[in-house]
Amino acid sequence: MKTRQNLTILLLGISALVLGACGETKTTGIQPKDMADALHKVMESDRTVYTKYIVNRLAVQEKVIKASEHWKDDKALVLPAQMFRYGAEMVAEKGANFSYSLLSLWPVNKQNSPKTDAEKTGLKFISDNPGKNYYAEEKLGDQNYFTAIYADTAVAKACISCHNDHKDSPRTDFKMGEVMGGVVIRIPIGS
Amino acid sequence: MSSKSIIWVYWLISTLIIGGYLAYRLMSEDQAIFLPGKTSHGHYQIELDCGACHTDSFGGGQVLQEACMSCHGKELKNVDDSHPKSKFTDPRNADRVANLDARKCVACHVEHKPEITSTMAVTVPEDVCVYCHMDIAEDRPSHAGMAFDTCASAGCHNFHDNQGLYEDFLLKHTDEADVKAEIKVKNRNYRESIHLISNYPLEAYPLSSLSLAEKDVPSKVKVDQKVLQEWNVTSHAKAGVNCTACHSEFDKPAQTKKWINNPDHSVCISCHEAETEGFLSGKHGMRLKQNMSAMTPAMARLPMKPFSHDKELNCTSCHSSHKFDTRHAAVEACLSCHNDEHSLAYKSSKHYALWYKETNAQAETGSGVSCTTCHMPRTLYNSGDGNRVIVQHNQNDNLRPNEKMLRTVCMDCHGLGFSIDALADEGLIKNNFKGRPKQHIKSIDMAKDRIKNKELRQVGEGDK
Repeated sequence: MKTRQNLTILLLGISALVLGACGETKTTGIQPKDMADALHKVMESDRTVYTKYIVNRLAVQEKVIKASEHWKDDKALVLPAQMFRYGAEMVAEKGANFSYSLLSLWPVNKQNSPKTDAEKTGLKFISDNPGKNYYAEEKLGDQNYFTAIYADTAVAKACISCHNDHKDSPRTDFKMGEVMGGVVIRIPIGS
Repeated sequence: MSSKSIIWVYWLISTLIIGGYLAYRLMSEDQAIFLPGKTSHGHYQIELDCGACHTDSFGGGQVLQEACMSCHGKELKNVDDSHPKSKFTDPRNADRVANLDARKCVACHVEHKPEITSTMAVTVPEDVCVYCHMDIAEDRPSHAGMAFDTCASAGCHNFHDNQGLYEDFLLKHTDEADVKAEIKVKNRNYRESIHLISNYPLEAYPLSSLSLAEKDVPSKVKVDQKVLQEWNVTSHAKAGVNCTACHSEFDKPAQTKKWINNPDHSVCISCHEAETEGFLSGKHGMRLKQNMSAMTPAMARLPMKPFSHDKELNCTSCHSSHKFDTRHAAVEACLSCHNDEHSLAYKSSKHYALWYKETNAQAETGSGVSCTTCHMPRTLYNSGDGNRVIVQHNQNDNLRPNEKMLRTVCMDCHGLGFSIDALADEGLIKNNFKGRPKQHIKSIDMAKDRIKNKELRQVGEGDK
């Protein structure tokens, strides 16, 4: 009888340990902020390379080809913002566990205006605080997200000339190095 | 045997009979018994093959979505879909998805619901755009007061394909003449593009003209002289395509070529891949694509000529075997079956008058307008190594919504404004474009006004 009692106590003890370990809040692996920062570094670098070495060089400096919003019809280069958006769409189609977009307080396409509270606050923050990123958590639908917003600055003449001259641009006085918008990266976190 | 036992025996026998019958119907081509409701015009040809869309008994909506995309995905990519799935999987649009979950095609296109199905198999109310574009008048004041069930009116907007309707395109084509001075129907260039066709058997059948004496029919095969004469004047004979190029298949066990009397589309596809794929994607060939029996005019929902009802549709039903007369395939083949008002009015149209002149050497090549000029247009096909001109054999590719014809067809000869007006006039379509459009669609005017007003505002602001 006593043996059975001891066995029961032992099993309960093991169960408590196992359950205790399951409930442990310590998280291992990469943190959402680190992941977002790393993703942004890749995005920003690729975007800068395309803007400077392809579009600005060929369309603005050497004038051998145009860059156009209607690149198929005009047989022209894809605009840097489109290149970025097409990449984001392709990533989404592949079912990646994060999403990203390019938004602005002065968007050419109104659909790219800030919409959520985090986007509104974040885009203003990065514009008012050059060099700083904005991080927040937000709930969209039934899902919580870690949201990071990074400044998108004018790195080439092609950026400012295109936006300043576009018929739908709400702002036409962008200068080199200025914040023109923000890259928004969202990573789903516990619901 | 007790009465209870008899009941059980009856129950068992009737269950086996009913179960067996249902299993037999499920395995057969005729699965009508399982149809929960009439399907749309785009799918009714294959509705008796449940597995064409319901590819897996389990898996739910994702299985259906994959089935939709397996047939329509490429087309959506080609037209730069204005509302791709990624727009709705973006978390920032979660509030919009709550109203309309457009991540899946069935959000707007539910099948088997004839009572709520409108044109283009849409099963949501016509004013569905309001969910996401309620504030459109803030950005486009000209749209203030417009009802949301008019967004997709002819010549305005489409949910998926806006290639011929976007603002800069409208502005680029303002003030064009109703009929252009220069016609731009593409010339076919198959022979010149053979290097772009990866499977073309150039080694076995070099591009050199063949005479009757050079035919390679096996001696044991009897051939009608008329058939040989027909082949001898075709492009096939002129391009070195000998009899065995079509009339043979590889016999694996014997490791040799075997003669076949009646080659089907699976042979044509080896040299005409893009064209055959188009055929298999359209209403003429979609049953063959699903390994069902061939489509016949008797199955059609459109009016068809009674004597054509039993004709089975494959490549040769329009091109006729051995003759391969593309002019016949461009008009007479169509009219031998189609019996609707638009088709019947064709031969008294200006388009046919131009076709008659061209085919009677009274006008230059490319100046005539046949049925296929509009419904199977010549288009650029990217093979990966370059573009070649193909005939789009999916006659539905540019048919719904009909604004898809603007760029692929109408604008080869007509100005954009005239084309938009003509396609919006249902009466004009029915009588095969006899007369002028009776209404004017203001898309181009609105685009011009917006730019003009913007420029005026900028001048005003500059003066301050």
